[in-house]
Amino acid sequence: MSALLDAKEVTVKFGGLTAVNNVDFVVPEHSICALIGPNGAGKTTFFNVLTGLYTPTSGSVTFDGKSLVGVAPHKIAAMGMARTFQNIRLFGAMTASENVMVAMHPHLRSGPTATVLSTRRQRREEAEARATAKELLEFVGIGGIDDEFATNLPYGDQRRLEVARALALRPKLLLLDEPTAGMNPQESAAFTSFVHRVRDERGLTVLLIEHDMKVVMGVSEHITVLEYGAKIAEGTPRDIRTNTRVIEAYLGKSGVEGAA
Amino acid sequence: MLILLLLVAAFSLSRRYIPAVGGAWGGLPVKVRTFAGPVIALVLAVLVPGAGFIPGITTQSNGWLPQTTLVYCAIYALFAMGLNIVVGYAGLLDLGYVAFFLFGSYVAAWLMSDFWYTRSFRFFDAVRLNPTLEVRGIHLSFWLVMIVAAVVAAIAGVLIGAPTLRLKSDYLALVTLGFGEILPEVFRNGDDVAGANLTNGTSGIGPLDKIGTGFLKSIIGTPNSLERLDRVAIEPSDHRHKYYVILFFCILFVYVSLRLRGGKLGRAWLAIREDELAASLMGVPLMRTKLWSYAIGAAAGGLAGTFYATTIGIVNVDTFQFSFSIIILCAVILGGMGNVWGAILGGAVITWFNYTGLVWIGQKLSDAMNVTVDLKRYEFGFFGMILVLMMVFRPQGLLPAARQKQVKEIERKIETKAVGA
Repeated sequence: MSALLDAKEVTVKFGGLTAVNNVDFVVPEHSICALIGPNGAGKTTFFNVLTGLYTPTSGSVTFDGKSLVGVAPHKIAAMGMARTFQNIRLFGAMTASENVMVAMHPHLRSGPTATVLSTRRQRREEAEARATAKELLEFVGIGGIDDEFATNLPYGDQRRLEVARALALRPKLLLLDEPTAGMNPQESAAFTSFVHRVRDERGLTVLLIEHDMKVVMGVSEHITVLEYGAKIAEGTPRDIRTNTRVIEAYLGKSGVEGAA
Repeated sequence: MLILLLLVAAFSLSRRYIPAVGGAWGGLPVKVRTFAGPVIALVLAVLVPGAGFIPGITTQSNGWLPQTTLVYCAIYALFAMGLNIVVGYAGLLDLGYVAFFLFGSYVAAWLMSDFWYTRSFRFFDAVRLNPTLEVRGIHLSFWLVMIVAAVVAAIAGVLIGAPTLRLKSDYLALVTLGFGEILPEVFRNGDDVAGANLTNGTSGIGPLDKIGTGFLKSIIGTPNSLERLDRVAIEPSDHRHKYYVILFFCILFVYVSLRLRGGKLGRAWLAIREDELAASLMGVPLMRTKLWSYAIGAAAGGLAGTFYATTIGIVNVDTFQFSFSIIILCAVILGGMGNVWGAILGGAVITWFNYTGLVWIGQKLSDAMNVTVDLKRYEFGFFGMILVLMMVFRPQGLLPAARQKQVKEIERKIETKAVGA
């Protein structure tokens, strides 16, 4: 299994603050990986580096054999990297299906002239895009809400819509930023099987940030732990569960003593 | 004859965009509801000046709707639609939009007057004011000038946009405001650029040629100009023909707006308006998408500028003040941002008040109360008041975009629920 994403010695500094410190990070193709760590550990910052919002102060990021450093976000997206957001960022005044169709932007060929002239090709492409959007909405479990405005959807549906929108990019790597935030235990459990389904049926790789340990342990094959921007551990869920350094990061030193 | 032709053209056009919009909404009753308004508006717009069955629409300037005002209404409606693409669709607050109107006007002035008197150039049957005099300056046919002006304005849009569109929200507004101030100054002082007179400074350029009818005059026997008719009798102040031509371009631009809005580019514009960062992460190239909105908006502005210049007959830099940008912005907000129909309504209503309405209402009041009421003096006071009232009572505009309407309604419902009412 080759590495789809390979980050080497990534460091991000904001003035005097080092948000990500010398992190090496590999995501094998077709795997489900998780990035965990206490609040403020630099997980979302790391996501922002991957998606091109931040340029790393030093280090390199290679995705699918190409360097990502200094590449504009929309180009990285077109290369096959899609993400969801910790705080939902949908296009509120657009319908669910329009939201999904926005993310098809890199794949649609018809330019403004063809749109105005309403060429046969453009109309076919639009119809196909709409059908794909419908299919994706059904895939994430919110079929039939195509024409609802995103702001008017309930919270859970908005989370699902974000995933559908990300999938519309036809990504190779799907980044999920705290996907189960605000879900109840049943929903979280259902989410675990959903992630597996996404990986298997869509044939992509998943990297997620997650706080719910049940979800993390249940879904991921490989876990990386960050604390204060530095990598403190990585390995299989079993390794991480028993890693004293990780327990210390979450519970403090006395927590380790108490467990011992 | 011409009316009939335009009617048919308008209707076939309207039928062409029915499937585009209708398909998105689905369902027949909605379709009927969506199109009843525009179709009625269109029929009215076509019939109003022609039939003469509404009293007060005259070639004279004393009615409640003189033909000249009607022409200006159409020009500003077109202008407002252009701004609607930039502000309403893409959500880019442009406070210097008058710049594109200025470019359009000056292109018309340069290419349709005696201004470059050292040269003499005639092309494609330009209708000069006084054909007996020897040809001086550059005289192109209006129909070519129109295209040139739209292209020049679009290029200007891209040139102005390239450096400024990297900025966001308030900063963009400030910089465009700056451009809107700088450009008129450049043209004001353009009468001595290293010794060359490029803009004739504060005196302005004029008079401009009339709009010719080109090959049409040999086919259906129309007069050789839209305004001044050498062959057959329509009185010189009859502006109907011109109005219909501008109306045609308005309809064309409505069609372009609606088509774009429903396609890939329109979705990208709305996505940028809603959440720029999320849009870029979903593969929307921000710069290029914004530049498209600037270019298309500017082209409409330039086109409106050429119509304005040929109607008023002289291009003077004092026309293109900052307040002009604001008035057009008011028109878009008044009508309903993000909705072409709103932009048309806003543009036409504001223009009517500006050119005729205030004076006319003042006259009526004066007659009724036997005191002199000069409402025109309080013009900006009224606009300010209208804006404040709109913001308080109907912030979404007179004709809000369908989506805005629905989203707002739901928000209000949630709000009432939240306070337990």
